[in-house]
Amino acid sequence: MRIAVASGKGGTGKTTVAVAIAMAATEPVMYADCDVEEPNGSIFLKPEVYEIKKVLVDVPVIDEEKCTSCGKCARFCQFNALVSLGTPPLVFPELCHSCGGCAIVCPADAISWKGNSIGEISLGKADGGRVSVVQGKLDVGGVLAPPVIRQVKSHIPHDGLSVIDCPPGTSCPVIESIGEADYVLLVTEPTPFGLHDLKLAVETVRELGMPFAVVINRFDEGDLGVEDYCGEENILIMVKIPHRRAMAETYSRGGTLLDGIPEMREIFKDIPRIIERGIEEK
Amino acid sequence: MKIAVPTSGKTLESQVDNRFGRASGFVVFNTEDGTFVYADNSQNLNAAQGAGTQASQNVAGTGAGVVIAPSYGPNAFRVLNSVGIKTFISAPGTVKENIDNYIAGNLSETDAANVEGHW
Repeated sequence: MRIAVASGKGGTGKTTVAVAIAMAATEPVMYADCDVEEPNGSIFLKPEVYEIKKVLVDVPVIDEEKCTSCGKCARFCQFNALVSLGTPPLVFPELCHSCGGCAIVCPADAISWKGNSIGEISLGKADGGRVSVVQGKLDVGGVLAPPVIRQVKSHIPHDGLSVIDCPPGTSCPVIESIGEADYVLLVTEPTPFGLHDLKLAVETVRELGMPFAVVINRFDEGDLGVEDYCGEENILIMVKIPHRRAMAETYSRGGTLLDGIPEMREIFKDIPRIIERGIEEK
Repeated sequence: MKIAVPTSGKTLESQVDNRFGRASGFVVFNTEDGTFVYADNSQNLNAAQGAGTQASQNVAGTGAGVVIAPSYGPNAFRVLNSVGIKTFISAPGTVKENIDNYIAGNLSETDAANVEGHW
C-alpha cells in the first residue's frame, strides 16, 4: 500500500509524519522523498546510500546546417525556450519542458535531442536495511520538479508498504507525487494559515477522487478551526500529535517523532492497518 | 540609430523601469530624427517563464541597436548579445535623461549579465 503524506501549508510536519510511519512499521518499507526541491527525510532516516543516478530530460539540439532560420520552432514554444531572430534558434535548456513540439513543427528536420541533467536520484537503506530510501533532488536553479518526481516514483514497488513524502502546496509537483498513491494523509497545524491551506489540499484530493484523512500536528497549541472544519466536512482525523518541548529538542538533533514522543510509536505502527481496513470497507 | 529603454510609462518623461524582461513596455528613440515609438511588452509581465528571452525578441524587433536598462538577466543578455545589440546600464531617472546621458557618453556598457535569472 502506498501512503502519500502531503499538506497544503509547508512546515506542518509532513516529513515528521512520513518518517514516523516508516520507523514505527516492523515490516519492510519504502520511503520515497518526492519533496525534490528540499528533500529532508534522509536527515532523520540516515540511509546508507548505495547508488546515485542523474535525472535527464530531453532538450532540443539544432542542426545549423539543416536549419532554414524560419523561426517556426520559436513561435511554437510556449515556454520561451527557443529564440529565433532570423537566425538558427538559440536554445535555453533550463526553460524547456521537453514537450517535443519544436521538432514536430520544424519543416527542415533540423531538431534532434540530447539529455540535459536536471537533478539526481539516490537509493539507500536505513534502519538496518528494513527501510529502503529513494530520494529525488532537483539541481539548484532547476524548475522542473515533476520529471525528477517521476523518477523517484519509478522505484516504488507495487507490493508492500510505501510512504511518499510529498512537496507542500497543491501544484504540479504535488499532483505528480500523490498521483498513484492508495491513500493521502494531509498534515496540518491548528492555525488559520493551516486551515486555509488544508482546505485547498482537501479540494485537490477530492478532485482526484482519492481517499484521505487529516493529521493535526501540535494540536494543543492553536485553535479549534481545523477540528471544526473536519467535523463539518466529515473528514477523518487520523491522529493528533501534541506539542512537546522534548520533540522539538529531539528534532533539532535529527531525531524522529518516535524518539521525541515514544508513546506515539504504537499509534503510528497502526496507521497503515487502519488505512487498509478503511479502504477495504469502501 | 534606435535606443530602447524599458519603462512603466509611454513617453520620454516616463521613469526607467526597474526590470528589463518584465517591463510593461519600451520607449524606442530614434537618434536620427528625434522621434520615438512605444513598444508594448505587457504579455511578458505575467509570463510564467522566459520573460527575458521574449522581451529581448521584442526589442530586437524594433530595430534597436542599443538598450539602456538597470539590469540584464543571463537569458536576456544572451539574446541581445547574439544579435549585436549593445547593453548599457541606466541611472535612476526618466527615459530622456538616460538617452541624453548615453549620447553624452556618461553611461557604461556591460559585457555580461549583471543579475541572476528570475531577479
